[in-house]
Amino acid sequence: MTQYIDIHAHMVSRTTDDYQRMALTGCVALTEPAFWAGFDRTSADAFADYFNRLTDFEPKRAAQYGIQHYTWLCLNPKEGEDRELAREVLDMIPRYLDRPNVLGIGEIGLNRVTRNELATFIDHIDLAMQHEQLIHIHTPHLEDKYKGTKVIVDTAAADARIMPGRLMVDHVEEHTIRMVLENGFWAGITLYPTTKVSPGRAVDLIEMYGSERICVASACDWGPSEPIAVPQFMLEMRRRGHSEDLIHKIVYENPVEFLSQSAKFNLPQRPLDAVVR
Amino acid sequence: MDVFSGTCPLTQQQLVEEYFLEHRTKVLDIAAFLDRIDRSVARDAEDDFRIVAFRRALKELCSEGSMRVERIQMVLSDTTTEPLQQRDRQGAFGAFDQDG
Repeated sequence: MTQYIDIHAHMVSRTTDDYQRMALTGCVALTEPAFWAGFDRTSADAFADYFNRLTDFEPKRAAQYGIQHYTWLCLNPKEGEDRELAREVLDMIPRYLDRPNVLGIGEIGLNRVTRNELATFIDHIDLAMQHEQLIHIHTPHLEDKYKGTKVIVDTAAADARIMPGRLMVDHVEEHTIRMVLENGFWAGITLYPTTKVSPGRAVDLIEMYGSERICVASACDWGPSEPIAVPQFMLEMRRRGHSEDLIHKIVYENPVEFLSQSAKFNLPQRPLDAVVR
Repeated sequence: MDVFSGTCPLTQQQLVEEYFLEHRTKVLDIAAFLDRIDRSVARDAEDDFRIVAFRRALKELCSEGSMRVERIQMVLSDTTTEPLQQRDRQGAFGAFDQDG
């Protein structure tokens, strides 16, 4: 079985059965960005509870199935409009950055592309730079994706402090992947049943743009989504005639290359030599 | 020559053999959706911005040339550049409402 790393999975929204399904299909590690709960939280205390869960409870739950659990912390773009709440949460985040499974700041970015969201996004970049953290970026949904991705890419590219190879722009699609890769950033492709990219279209993007600085993930959450979307992508790659080496590069070696820029990311116990090819 | 020509490792014949049926059903689903709109009990969304964008997307689908997905994505996208003054809603519709 080919081992894989799901670089974007919101496991707080999933059952323990999903951890089991992911383990059974070869998942050895995942990273969980902080995100929107489906409603706007009313105080910074709610984020403290959330960050404690991401850095304590979820790693233990994942470990029961042999999956390494890592996380990213932030106030997500959908709540970035509330500048007062953002300031309170941003002040709190440094207390959690030393926890062993925290890889960086994310998923930050934009939702409706407002002035306040942009200001909160820039505040998060400042925080990441001050603490030398990796950055994981969410791009808006559907009709807002192109505009939001362009604003994000332009903002990050203009910031001389940012090393492009330490920043991943996630949820890329056909109309946004080029601007991300051309600016030297990592690109994440998320596999959703309806609102993002299907496994077939993800394979198309790999065929068209190559396999450098690209990762795929399930981004499974509380909405319609599939925790074993990465193995479904792998199956589609095989159906198209792609090699096991290329599949392994995309679902294992690329995540390792990006995430290993954090000293806290340690390779899963049974790496390349355990892969049956 | 299309810059992406030759990037799919399967031949056209292999693609047809492997994928024709599953895409045939997707075309029929789109046709059924449009028929359903036509025979609806109330004709109250003829000019809904999503349906207007959908029909424009179908024209791109049937046009000549490659990069159909990217062109359709742009038909459905907000291509303005200025940030909004404030948040008006959380969710997205799937198509840009130019009058919204």
